[in-house]
Amino acid sequence: MNISNLLKIAWEAILRNKTRTLLTILGVVIGISSVIAMVSLGQSSQMSTQQQVSDMGTNMIMVMRANQRRGGSNMGNDNVQTLTESDVKLIEKQATYVAKVSPYVTAAGAVIYGNCNATGQLQGCSPSFLEIRKYELVDGSCFSDDDVNKSAKVCVIGQTVKANLFPNEDPIGKTIRFKNIPMKVVGLLDSKGQNQMGQDQDDVIFAPYTTVQKRILSQNYLQMIYISAKSEELVDKAVSEVSLLLRQNHRLDDHQNDDFEVRTQSEMLQMMNSISSTLTYLLAAIASISLIVGGIGIMNIMYVTVTERTKEIGLRMAIGARARDILMQFLIESAILSLIGGVIGIILGLVISYAGANLLGWPFTVSVTAIVASFVVCAAFGIFFGWYPAKKAANMDPITALRYE
Amino acid sequence: MGETKMEDNSIIRIEDLRRDFVVGSEVVHALRGVSFSINPGEFVSIMGTSGSGKSTMLNILGCLDRPTSGRYFIDGQDVSNCSKDELSMIRNRKIGFVFQSYNLLPRTTSIEQVELPLLYNNSIGPKERRERAEYALEQVGMANRALHTPNQMSGGQQQRIAIARAIVNDPVILLADEATGNLDTRTSYEIMSLFQRLNEQGKTIGFVTHEPDIALFTKRTVFLRDGQVMKDELVETQSAQAALDALPKSSDY
Repeated sequence: MNISNLLKIAWEAILRNKTRTLLTILGVVIGISSVIAMVSLGQSSQMSTQQQVSDMGTNMIMVMRANQRRGGSNMGNDNVQTLTESDVKLIEKQATYVAKVSPYVTAAGAVIYGNCNATGQLQGCSPSFLEIRKYELVDGSCFSDDDVNKSAKVCVIGQTVKANLFPNEDPIGKTIRFKNIPMKVVGLLDSKGQNQMGQDQDDVIFAPYTTVQKRILSQNYLQMIYISAKSEELVDKAVSEVSLLLRQNHRLDDHQNDDFEVRTQSEMLQMMNSISSTLTYLLAAIASISLIVGGIGIMNIMYVTVTERTKEIGLRMAIGARARDILMQFLIESAILSLIGGVIGIILGLVISYAGANLLGWPFTVSVTAIVASFVVCAAFGIFFGWYPAKKAANMDPITALRYE
Repeated sequence: MGETKMEDNSIIRIEDLRRDFVVGSEVVHALRGVSFSINPGEFVSIMGTSGSGKSTMLNILGCLDRPTSGRYFIDGQDVSNCSKDELSMIRNRKIGFVFQSYNLLPRTTSIEQVELPLLYNNSIGPKERRERAEYALEQVGMANRALHTPNQMSGGQQQRIAIARAIVNDPVILLADEATGNLDTRTSYEIMSLFQRLNEQGKTIGFVTHEPDIALFTKRTVFLRDGQVMKDELVETQSAQAALDALPKSSDY
């Protein structure tokens, strides 16, 4: 039996049974495309969740003044004056895992514009603070480094402050007063909503930290330093690096405790990781179930259609086909069907994932593992269950196969 | 078995052929020691009532089934102990089989049906395959139905296609199992006329039937009863064409 004759026989059989061919291909297509769509959409949602969580700033590190104890009594941390601008400069210059650094001081007081007033916090920082905390501007611009150097009387306000002080006005260029110090509004922040503690993140006024230090608080130390690590994975490294630098700069001996405290968004990271792993398990479960369902579907169709052709197998043997000719024919047929179904399934799966991701506003990703695994499993099911009933039929005596109903 | 020597040039020779079927705990003896031979150019009908073993006999002659014991020579070759693959080869090269229910492949054109046996023969290329299939269709008078599928043809036409498929490999013997069983009288006579013509052209034919009037168109009849040869006699052959002409026109509808 030469291969071109076999191909001719298999191809004619495929063309002759259009309904069966379509059903079989459909089984493979559904098996493969559902797995690809499930896994890809799942990964898209995972990425989307990750993005949302990291929008809150998972790579943020806060350095605070340590709560010192002397002789057993808690001294509190209000009077600790160890964090200074030189710490910020050192970190900026030497820390390799750190992306941005901003000093931070804050003062509470009344804010007045015209006949409106509100109580609020004036937060002093550097322009990089907006990036560390992931604030976006919708109008105007942030104050500059030059403004910081000159302790300029400028500020950036959040949406809640705008709503309180400028209900019907454009705040840009207007001057508000904080503790009787006039400050010009140069930028308006986009709304950020509440943080996970329920605090309003839009009730904020940011000004150069030098302005707050010199003109309002009359102090030269900092309350906090905000730092962003270069990536989420580098947070731990950045923390130890910053700690080491601060200890050096504060000239602490080995036996002395830190006079500062470093906090990270570890809770948020933990939450994100647990969401990720839950999603990953869910996806694996869905994908396995889809694969099993798809595989069983293919198995059924193949088994039924091949068994139904026992009589045809009997006739072919009666006119001289050997068992191995029959097996080769059915192997070629099921391989062709699996291949066509596989290609269509992959394309359909990708189209569904793309459309779904677009519809839900998720990023589109392609899971190569899902494509390969679903194709291999479905093709294996298709070929095996095309071959196995054919083998059973081919092992019968021709007359038994011919009489099979 | 001293007397079983290959001394003649018979197409088919069977000696003490037995075939048992196990049904549940019982053993059914379908053939209980059958011996006869068929010589080149013969047209033999195998007759018998239902259950006489004639179909079992023909299936063994067609190498579709294997005897429980006994010997079977076809064209001088002992096939009693052939492997499955060897039997396939013999069916493909030496035997043409015509079934009662035609057994054509659905949705397949006549020319493809007839080409089918040659597809399983490596020594025949595509061009020769097509030519031989066309010639076989011509011989059964179906050249103008080459591109028809079974559901576009009558029973008699389908049986002609099946006969073309059986002769396309130029077999040493043509075996038919109740080939007219599904057909009306007129069509049966037409098919018999076709068989007679093929026989005149030199084809050796073995023909199973239970209808005595059909057996009259053959040259020799072997009667089977209860798995044994009861009678083996020459027939006063009638012409199927003459019988066809004698049929009243009114029965033709």
